[in-house]
Amino acid sequence: MSEQDHINDLGHIRGLMDRSTRFLSLSGLSGITAGLAALVGAFAAREHFTSLYFDGRASGMFESDYLPTRWVTARFDDHVQFLVVDGLIVLVVALIGALWFTWRRSERTGQSLWDASARRMLLNLLLPLIAGGLFSLALLFNGSILMVPSATLVFYGLALLNASKYTLDEIRWLGVSEAALGVVAAFWPTAGLLFWALGFGVLHIFYGGLMYLRHERGQGAA
Amino acid sequence: MIEQLNKAFESRVRLGIMAVLAVNDWVDHSRLRELLNVTDGNLASHLAALEELRYVQVRKRFVGRRPNTSYKASVAGARAFREHLDAIERLLPKI
Repeated sequence: MSEQDHINDLGHIRGLMDRSTRFLSLSGLSGITAGLAALVGAFAAREHFTSLYFDGRASGMFESDYLPTRWVTARFDDHVQFLVVDGLIVLVVALIGALWFTWRRSERTGQSLWDASARRMLLNLLLPLIAGGLFSLALLFNGSILMVPSATLVFYGLALLNASKYTLDEIRWLGVSEAALGVVAAFWPTAGLLFWALGFGVLHIFYGGLMYLRHERGQGAA
Repeated sequence: MIEQLNKAFESRVRLGIMAVLAVNDWVDHSRLRELLNVTDGNLASHLAALEELRYVQVRKRFVGRRPNTSYKASVAGARAFREHLDAIERLLPKI
């Protein structure tokens, strides 16, 4: 066997190790859908908050602009309820988008949507994500609502980082960016909604676009 | 040097099987066929050869009513594969 044969063998081995352990059909378009849904959700939340705030000011409910005071109002529970429903709708839209585009992609690549690598990736994503979700719910119930955006971003980022071993490399960088943004958000709790829009909106669109350009365009994808 | 290359791995298919089994626990026949893109018969004969050498362990069981055969690299198989890779590495010029 020649040197070139050995080099080919190593490439062959590497490719098989990759394909057998990683889920490579993840579509960048699902990231873009999730990002757009998150931006619309964040915009709705801001509008809702602004209208509450001006209602409150008009009725003399707020003595000052200092945030903790203005949060302690009768309308506070309303707003939390709105945020939770808003967030759930965004989540459902994002999940449907992810499933749809990834299913379409797997039809094209021929890698099964529900094979061993897909299951392994999902398990590694879901474990930290569920822990983070429950942790964020606890924050919500304890009245530490200002830390919720930061907590969701950090846990989501770490969940992605964990799952990235079993899927495309871009997911690793998306995870790192989300977690870093979450940490910054923790020090700036009053701007939670802005960080949420940046993390779940802008970062998803950016990395989703990058994945699309790198792996899908030019493969007959539309 | 050359004699350290394992004859058992001269076949692409066998090398591929060991590569998949090196990074996965229990992989079934149809998944191997899908990953390696070979025919059933071809895969079966290479798997039989590796089984003969005791490089892979075989597990037969039923999933529902269908028989399912899975394979796993044995300790000896994993070591042989690693040594084969080391031997290839030594043959290549240092970068």
